[in-house]
Amino acid sequence: MSRSHRSVIPGFGLSLGLTITYLSLIVLLPLSAAFLKTLGMTWEEFWAAVASPRVIASYRISFLASFAAASVNCVFGLIVAWVLVRYPFPGRKIVDALVDLPFALPTAVAGIALTALYAPNGWIGALLAPYGIKIAFTEIGVFIALTFIGLPFVVRTVQPIIEELEPEFEEASASLGANRWQTIRRVILPQLVPALLTGFAMAFARALGEYGSVVFISGNMPMRTEITPLLIITKLEQYDYKGATAIAVVMLVTSFTLLLLINLLQKWSRRHAAV
Amino acid sequence: MSSVVSSLQHAAAAGHRPLATRDADWVRYTLTAVALGFLALFLLLPLVAVFAEAFRRGIGAYFAALNDPDGMHALKLTLLTAAIAVPANLVFGVSAAWCIAKFNFPGKSLLITLIDLPFAVSPVISGLIFVLLFGAQGWLGHYLDVENPALPWLQAWLIEQDFKVIFAVPGIVLATVFVTFPFIARELIPLMQTQGNDEEYAAITLGASGWQTFWKVTLPNIKWGLFYGVILCNARAMGEFGAVSVVSGHIRGQTNTLPLHVEILYNEYQFVAAFAAASILALLALVTLILKSLVEWAHARRHAADAAS
Repeated sequence: MSRSHRSVIPGFGLSLGLTITYLSLIVLLPLSAAFLKTLGMTWEEFWAAVASPRVIASYRISFLASFAAASVNCVFGLIVAWVLVRYPFPGRKIVDALVDLPFALPTAVAGIALTALYAPNGWIGALLAPYGIKIAFTEIGVFIALTFIGLPFVVRTVQPIIEELEPEFEEASASLGANRWQTIRRVILPQLVPALLTGFAMAFARALGEYGSVVFISGNMPMRTEITPLLIITKLEQYDYKGATAIAVVMLVTSFTLLLLINLLQKWSRRHAAV
Repeated sequence: MSSVVSSLQHAAAAGHRPLATRDADWVRYTLTAVALGFLALFLLLPLVAVFAEAFRRGIGAYFAALNDPDGMHALKLTLLTAAIAVPANLVFGVSAAWCIAKFNFPGKSLLITLIDLPFAVSPVISGLIFVLLFGAQGWLGHYLDVENPALPWLQAWLIEQDFKVIFAVPGIVLATVFVTFPFIARELIPLMQTQGNDEEYAAITLGASGWQTFWKVTLPNIKWGLFYGVILCNARAMGEFGAVSVVSGHIRGQTNTLPLHVEILYNEYQFVAAFAAASILALLALVTLILKSLVEWAHARRHAADAAS
């Protein structure tokens, strides 16, 4: 602390004071309200709220659909990032800008657009309906919405790493007799693994909490396509504040664990890239 | 050997990567097709669908749907919310980046992590926590409780002002501020950290005051990062759905933002009207993407110019 006070640059007290006050009022105080609310519950009450069959079913669909969506995004996000960096094609800049659409498009808009596409009378839904495949209002619909939401996370974490790959490694590998596939598998992919894992974790974490894009396409059937965030809203609408808060606390603990994991992965990724 | 070198130079001169690190043409074309196909299916098609559904009954029906007093009110509330949330988080972001980038103090990395917290919280929970604080049974809500006021004078004054937080505009603004909290700070912190303090030291040594240094030296250096953060923060503030949905109470013409209005119209099977309102938000998203790309390209060009000189 003494070092900072000797700094010639002024404004330490003002900026730190403002930052901490604002952070406490907007973020820390409201978040702690959720944790303190559950302290007023007995253990049995809490357990009944967070582990009833309907709640467990919602964890299941949220977790599985988020995992599947993040996995698919890992594969296609890697291909998209690779193509955007390595293969010049006309219109690349526009395609690159479009990747951020899920960040920019309000989730409710994405939700109704995806539902319109995948409903049995929609452009894609109508193509699949004759084969008896239903997407909207099933688990697959939840998965589609979460894939849409998660894609930019993977592309935007992997893309800068591909840009920084040293061509010398690939040249060395090739000059030592490796064919292209061996070079990709043994030289390029290992350098991308930390970034891919980070992107996966970010897409997964975002998908777990996602609400707007899912509620329209999922059909919201209890025990089947009812995701955990929706269940919190349902409980709130029934004035079951304690039940809603208990589930929220389970989700918060999960998200904070994932945030910690993402921070560790990013540190690893940076160290890896620096070598 | 010399022929290999010259052929490599040849390839480099022609703008190609050397053969050894190039993928076969069929791989290139296949991967490009897969990537573009995936993006077209998952990103482009939903965007096109918004406008196709909005114009399904023609241009007349589209503009008739937009000309709706509740929709106009929703648009105004959305703009008002962003007009409060973005400047609030802008001041915070600059202040946080200043103390984190310019000074060393214990707990700095913890502070950076805490600033990121709202990104890890589900939008629904972001709304819920404000209901817990200000709702009828909340910590602060009982100051508004008619039966048993904790502070009678405050309560009388608040009732006189007809002041409510939850199911009212202040709750919508608070939830939006929470959700968009990290955007500007996390853009500025790394930027100011890499820029270092040399220019500020020089300004202060030459006799500039703290504020002069900030306005004349720091701000010009961070203006593009600041603009970038503001664009992202604004897009999220105008588009936020889950958090606002929990605190708004969905009162038509009063506490409906544009995304909530889209939901209500959609659930009432007024599809053309819902997609017409959604098309406004989609246009906003496109403008956001264009501005964001322009900032990125300008930045990359300046970077290249710096490297060349």
